[in-house]
Amino acid sequence: MTGLVELLSDYTVQNVAMGAVLLGIASGVLGCFAVLRQQSLLGDTLAHAALPGVCIGFLIAGTRDMGWIMAGALGTSILAALFVLALTRRTRIKTDAGLGSALGLTFAAGVVLLTYIQGQSNASQGGLDTFLFGQAAATLRSDLWLMGGVTIAAVALVLGCWKQFKLVTFDPEFARAVGLPVALLETVLTAMIALAVVIGLQMVGVVLMTSMVIAPAVAARQWVKRLEHMVLLAVGVGIVSGLVGALISASVQNLATGPLVVLAATAIVAVSILLAPGRGVLWEQIRHWRDRRTIGQRQMLTTLYKLAAHHRDPDYPAETGMLDSFHGTRTQRALRQLQRRGLVEPVAHMPGEGRHWVLTEAGRREAERVLKTMTPEMA
Amino acid sequence: MALFSTLRKRAADSASYHGLHEPDLALHVEDLTVAYEGKPVLWDIDLNVPPGVMAAIIGPNGAGKSTLLKAVLGLARPTAGHVCIHGRSPRAQRRRIGYVPQRSSVDWDFPTTVLDVVMMGRYGHLGWLRWPGARERERARRALETVQMEHLAGRQISQLSGGQQQRVFLARALIQEADVYFLDEPMAGVDATTERVIVGLLKELRDAGKTVIVVHHDLQTVRDYFDWLAILNVRVVAQGRVADVYTGEHLKRAYGGRIALLEREAFEGPRGPDAPQENDA
Repeated sequence: MTGLVELLSDYTVQNVAMGAVLLGIASGVLGCFAVLRQQSLLGDTLAHAALPGVCIGFLIAGTRDMGWIMAGALGTSILAALFVLALTRRTRIKTDAGLGSALGLTFAAGVVLLTYIQGQSNASQGGLDTFLFGQAAATLRSDLWLMGGVTIAAVALVLGCWKQFKLVTFDPEFARAVGLPVALLETVLTAMIALAVVIGLQMVGVVLMTSMVIAPAVAARQWVKRLEHMVLLAVGVGIVSGLVGALISASVQNLATGPLVVLAATAIVAVSILLAPGRGVLWEQIRHWRDRRTIGQRQMLTTLYKLAAHHRDPDYPAETGMLDSFHGTRTQRALRQLQRRGLVEPVAHMPGEGRHWVLTEAGRREAERVLKTMTPEMA
Repeated sequence: MALFSTLRKRAADSASYHGLHEPDLALHVEDLTVAYEGKPVLWDIDLNVPPGVMAAIIGPNGAGKSTLLKAVLGLARPTAGHVCIHGRSPRAQRRRIGYVPQRSSVDWDFPTTVLDVVMMGRYGHLGWLRWPGARERERARRALETVQMEHLAGRQISQLSGGQQQRVFLARALIQEADVYFLDEPMAGVDATTERVIVGLLKELRDAGKTVIVVHHDLQTVRDYFDWLAILNVRVVAQGRVADVYTGEHLKRAYGGRIALLEREAFEGPRGPDAPQENDA
């Protein structure tokens, strides 16, 4: 505990923590719309496309000036988005191929520019390559002001146009029918992914930034049933993973911040996918097993009932092997479960044959109840 | 403010023509042609629907029924022709138009509730920065009562049945409080209860003086449900009162070779197991 307090009183760590919070807010809010509009991969392309912009910003400013670098990154990101749109609308190239080409093109250009700058032996180029994977410890107070400004602008935009963004994301056709400028709103939503990327440059870097956009939203989606709650929860997930990653990286020497932040976010996603009530994999599996068991038992009851009715013998003994072949599956387990519920019982029959089963009195009543609820097709 | 919006409306109208054009018709479509990739989907459509009727648009698969609806609502760009709603361009009449798109046009796994979706019907009426509030919620609740779904107001939409989804969309259109309603296959793949609720409601709207225009797929029910009919197959085959238009001759011209089957079912027997089903258009 004292360790944490000591850590948080450190000036650099404070900067990192504030950066993480800002990044969490921005990526949580903007990521929800990206994920719901199925634009996660576009996020990856836009993030990689920020790298040439970082270099261009640096070249223009001549130093590692965050304002110019962010502006450059935003510029090339948005250009890449427009490029993908034009490519998929004007040619027969499909979206995935368009995204792939744009990602490769822009990232390659970025790396070439990066090596060009590094070759110039300019002392002020001070580790431009940290924008690949982020370097939280290098965050300055002035960087935070910029990040904060962009975050506030993005959040204000989302709050102001909340109902428009929501309707365009859910039902663009209806949105157009009631007169919303759908093309404009969609462009703004796409540009906002680029905004999130720019905010995450310093912390996470361009290579992994897309995870920061997607992961909090995906995790949040598992737990909620309203968009409002999804955005709030995604902000929470974003902040927590940002802080966890940044603090681990600050306390353990030389561990990269960006990848740690992404690992933290992904861990939360994994837990959410497994455990979230209703949508979680575990819950669905349990529900599936329970359904199968119930249906298997019901089928067995009705089979035994019909066999008894057919032979006009309420205590007609049915052999396990025969029931197996009748149901086309192993029935041993279902029979055992029914036996435990007191609905069937094994009876002694001819020696040398498999076990035989009959319905108990309770079993007969249950079978009649089941048959009554069945539709003609099922019976 | 009022002056400004009036000016804007005027500007929108005079873009295609001056003043009111065919103001006595709820829907007036003139010379409308829509083409996708050089292939006409709708060819030289002239269509008139008077106010206060319940009209069906029918036609075979690929006849352009949904495209017609989209062109009328300004969702598909026509190659030629124009559309008037109560004498003005659809853009100028947006608040007098209610729209029920096909159920399959949205992702029902979207994180939102039934009440929320219904409130979306007011979004076009609210100011740009206004959030929907208590008044919108109250209207949405009343609309849900009308479609007999008030008990599901808080339910997540991913848990609705097909019929319930359709009724939610209908409720959303109801709170648009429009004069002309457009519905794209509202009875496709819904349960009997839902179909009864929808038809009852649409007839109520018509009796209240509204105009209801439905893209419909089930020939069996045309005469029971509707009083106005347009038969479409890229061109308009026939339009007018159902009693005059719903004839074997017209259906044969629209549906072509499949008429033998259609005729028997539409004019004689009850719905058979292989009644014609149309899902797209």
